[in-house]
Amino acid sequence: MNDIEKNKRREFVSELMNKYVPDRTSLLPILQDFQEKFGYIDEYSQQLIAFELDIHPVEVNSVISFYAFLYDKPVGRNIVRICKNIVCEFNGSKEISDAVIKEFKINPGETTPDGKLTFEHVNCFGLCDKSPSMMVNGEIFENINKESALKIIKELK
Amino acid sequence: MNKLFERKNRTGPVLFSEYEKGSAVKKALLTDRDDILLEIRESGLRGRGGAGFPVSVKWMLTAAANSPQKFVICNADEGEPGTFKDRVLLSEYPELVLEGMIIAGYTVGARKGIIYLRAEYSYIKDFLQSKIEEMRSDGNLGKNICGRKDFDFDISIRLGSGAYVCGEETALIESLEGHRGEPRNRPPFPVNTGYLGFPTVVNNVETLASVPHIINKGGEWYHKFGTGKSSGSKLFSVSGDCRYPGVYELQWGITIKELLDLCGAENTKAVQIGGASGICIPESEFSRQISFEDASTGGSVMVFNKNRKMIDVLQNFMEFFTEESCGQCTPCRIGNVKLLEGVNMIRNNEYSLEYIEKLKELGETMKIASKCGLGQTSPNPFISILNNFKDEIFGMN
Amino acid sequence: MKKELRSPVSQRPFNAENINKTGIGAEVSIELNGKKLRVPLGRSILDICRDNNIHIPTLCYHEDLCIAGNCRMCLVEVEGMKNLQTACSYPVTSPVKIKTFSNKVRKARKHIVDLMLSEHYGECYSCVRNNNCELQRLAREYGIDSYEFGHVCEPRFEVDDSSHAVVRDMDKCILCRRCVRTCIDLQEVGVLEAVNRGYDTKISTFMDTPLNDVICINCGQCINRCPTAALHANDPSDQIWKAIEDPSKHVILQTAPSPRASIGEEFGLPPGNSMTGQLNTAARMIGFDRVFDTNFSADLTIMEEGTELLGRLKKAIVDKDKSVMLPQFTSCSPGWVKFIEHFYPEKLDYLSTAKSPQQMFGAVLKTFYAEESGIDPADIVTVALMPCAAKKFECNRPEMNSSGFKDVDYGLTTREMAKMIREAGLVLPELPKSSFDDPFGEASGAGLIFGSTGGVMEAALRTVYELVTGRPVPFKDLNIEACRGMKGIKEASVKLENCIEEFSFLEGTDLKFIVAHGTANAKVVMDMLIKGELEGYHFVEIMACPGGCIGGGGQPIPTSESIRKLRAKAIYEEDGASAVRKSHENPKIKYIYEKYFTDGPCGKISHKLLHTKYTKRGKFIN
Repeated sequence: MNDIEKNKRREFVSELMNKYVPDRTSLLPILQDFQEKFGYIDEYSQQLIAFELDIHPVEVNSVISFYAFLYDKPVGRNIVRICKNIVCEFNGSKEISDAVIKEFKINPGETTPDGKLTFEHVNCFGLCDKSPSMMVNGEIFENINKESALKIIKELK
Repeated sequence: MNKLFERKNRTGPVLFSEYEKGSAVKKALLTDRDDILLEIRESGLRGRGGAGFPVSVKWMLTAAANSPQKFVICNADEGEPGTFKDRVLLSEYPELVLEGMIIAGYTVGARKGIIYLRAEYSYIKDFLQSKIEEMRSDGNLGKNICGRKDFDFDISIRLGSGAYVCGEETALIESLEGHRGEPRNRPPFPVNTGYLGFPTVVNNVETLASVPHIINKGGEWYHKFGTGKSSGSKLFSVSGDCRYPGVYELQWGITIKELLDLCGAENTKAVQIGGASGICIPESEFSRQISFEDASTGGSVMVFNKNRKMIDVLQNFMEFFTEESCGQCTPCRIGNVKLLEGVNMIRNNEYSLEYIEKLKELGETMKIASKCGLGQTSPNPFISILNNFKDEIFGMN
Repeated sequence: MKKELRSPVSQRPFNAENINKTGIGAEVSIELNGKKLRVPLGRSILDICRDNNIHIPTLCYHEDLCIAGNCRMCLVEVEGMKNLQTACSYPVTSPVKIKTFSNKVRKARKHIVDLMLSEHYGECYSCVRNNNCELQRLAREYGIDSYEFGHVCEPRFEVDDSSHAVVRDMDKCILCRRCVRTCIDLQEVGVLEAVNRGYDTKISTFMDTPLNDVICINCGQCINRCPTAALHANDPSDQIWKAIEDPSKHVILQTAPSPRASIGEEFGLPPGNSMTGQLNTAARMIGFDRVFDTNFSADLTIMEEGTELLGRLKKAIVDKDKSVMLPQFTSCSPGWVKFIEHFYPEKLDYLSTAKSPQQMFGAVLKTFYAEESGIDPADIVTVALMPCAAKKFECNRPEMNSSGFKDVDYGLTTREMAKMIREAGLVLPELPKSSFDDPFGEASGAGLIFGSTGGVMEAALRTVYELVTGRPVPFKDLNIEACRGMKGIKEASVKLENCIEEFSFLEGTDLKFIVAHGTANAKVVMDMLIKGELEGYHFVEIMACPGGCIGGGGQPIPTSESIRKLRAKAIYEEDGASAVRKSHENPKIKYIYEKYFTDGPCGKISHKLLHTKYTKRGKFIN
């Protein structure tokens, strides 16, 4: 990472330290905010955040690796998550997932080479009454099917 | 307003009944703390997250603790597969939840409330935040609530980051403290040593939402609903093979058969009660009651019709647990993988019944040896599905 | 200097204070396996069982660490509880009935061992911890005769042997997380943590970086607490055997003070038995050409470090030189040196520039000794028997070549030495005693007590006080009790009165010192330094390992506070019985300053060979 990028991150981290109480209880919100801005929490910034909160970088990394929605590696510009709960599975989410896998040639947990798309499975969105469901960049799509899902994903920038 | 947050045309005995905003807080704050505890005890209200711990006991222990600081945490990490009732409460009845928290805070002597909202519900956060602001400007939240000089209480929202296990109260507290969401040893319990080491009440969304109604109409009124040991009403998240999936408020004690009729389920083979960690009930047992005494649930009811393969259900659940186990304790971390391997052996017809029995025994150990509720309940589907659908599963190849 | 409870909130003991006040009293009646007992309120079931000689199997539990309760081995039945409870974490606060064995308990524990074994790659006979493995012991205890739930047949992880000190073999890891608690809570270094979750959970360094490239201080405390061989030391004994076999090589062993106090444990003796003479015999029988006593160079360290301290005091008091850093910190613990290089790089000037005894000895052997005995230093192989994992890193520091060669070729731990003795077919306790070789055969008791926390300080005071006042330290039998004991941070002072003329500037000075062990305590002291709270202090001793070298990362496993105390006792007893107990009175020390370091301690020659420089490492990993 070059110095300009590092500076941007350093500035943002110090902003976050003002926004939150700078102790460990703020770790998750800080990581969430950081990720929202930069997509993922890089090695350099993990260490910055750790030192600001007076904890060890390996602890920050440990926390990131625990939570499914936090990333320590680059992800795509868009994150598509499809629910794989049994109700969604019976309502066709597997077929939708297979279609995505085929269409974009990626497996769950992977990012397309052009960096457009990261595709993931999620265990349950709590939308079983409107199943199958999908989340695209935090936005919910209910009662999807193969065609509608692919259409939504294809229209992403 | 986003249609997500519009109140649907819902009916029910308690939660979905009429409620005047702010009325319960006003009433509670004029009531003696001990009287509130008595009222809650009389209501027989039990935790709605699934474990069913008496709310009055939890509150009493926290109220009795001598501490400079206490916390009330609303557990909105509704992660159990097939559960979505809290989503409905938070997006359609937020005032009930928030007021429940205020009353809890007043009763136990806490000044801070935290809502731990699962990441999958992050779209509700701004809406909830606006409701909190609204209550602040109405004087129902913040300093000197309802003019009481001795009572300050405020609520903040924290988002989860995608971990089912954080629904376990001590894992949730760990997560709030900025750690991995790994459950703690109990005892000590949160009522003694909770968030930041202070006494803490952790209640489910639905539990808290029930409180304002109990305050307004009395514990005795609430106790009239339901069965003796399971008093009041329950929200059921019904999904799967039925015509009308959705959230129903019903009294405890309803039979599975009645529930299936209500939601328009036909040709039903099995009902999974209590989510992935619950039990799978076959047609022959549809006359069973849903209650803490019989078939207990945190709210999830998944209906499977006769076209579904139970081995698919079992595999889905066991995959879920291997992914969502926090990985801290041995029985849960490795045990769930062994059970999943067993499911795959059955699928590939590479099993011996003797080994499957051994796995069931392992499941029994997991139930009593795991550190938290996740590992203690994850063998449930393995054992109940294999026992209740023997013929289908072992005769299938 | 009261320290806050360091354990994480989640692992703090039950808060019994409030209950105590309610009048229930400080004791509670319980029933343990049918026997009625009165026990202190809040005491854990495990402790109660140990008090009553009831064995409870444990894995993640370690006396030195906070409670985890994650292995689930110590499950017991508590009447009225639906589930089994972990004895280690369960505080007794009410009159409970406990059963420590029953069919339910036995079955659950066996299942847990079965599960661990199914994930534990490798076989016992090809493992460094064979016969000293806690998992193996449990497998035997529960009569495991087959792999009930399968067994991994392929390694899943790459062994990380990038570090000179610690090897990580995660295929043997059972995720008890003792190493995590050691590294983060006990030592506050923070190299190891669990990452991922569920079945994918593993112990990792920051972003899976090789151990050599992270902020590991090589203390090896994690090795001492690992129940299996997932963490073990990087063993150089093959190369040492090779050198011994090579007739052209002159192989020298120097032995540090604390391995002799502990190596008996490797041969089944209880802790606290000194094996100095037997160890010398064993080393010769193995084939080392010379066996020297590191205590000699410990005495040398005292001369250099003591003189350096007096020099700093003079500069500060007489010359009013503001650039002089006080208090002076000791530099003989390589774990501590790397700790300060990483975490307080801007404070390196406080460190004494004196090398550690190991490195001083190496430099002396390849210069002075080589010249005196007419051996080409290129043919000398120096091996250092150390209680320490960090010494392996230290001897490989690129700057440690002032003799023109690698000053010390190999750092060998107590455990590895014991292995070499076993390989040679020797039974250490049965060997006759013998002395160290000349010319470095004599050492003082002051050098010996370097092995325990406070020892360097005590040894230095014995010399410094006498140099300054011309009289021995004013303590009974020269024993400076304020330096001794296992308290994390100790502080005391000695008044310097009637000083000899050269040191009249110190007249009336209260020489104030601090002794700390374990890097968590070092951190407390450093934070005090930063806050300016060490104003007026003169000398600080820091050892990276809890208990000092006797609790070092190269010492026999297991270790615990009670074991460390016994080892320390052995060392202090041997000091008490020594003929010479002050470094400056060691005749060999006088001899070497007369013959070789002719311009005295901290002179030009000694500066070249006996002093070193440090590296500002910082804590960022790129």
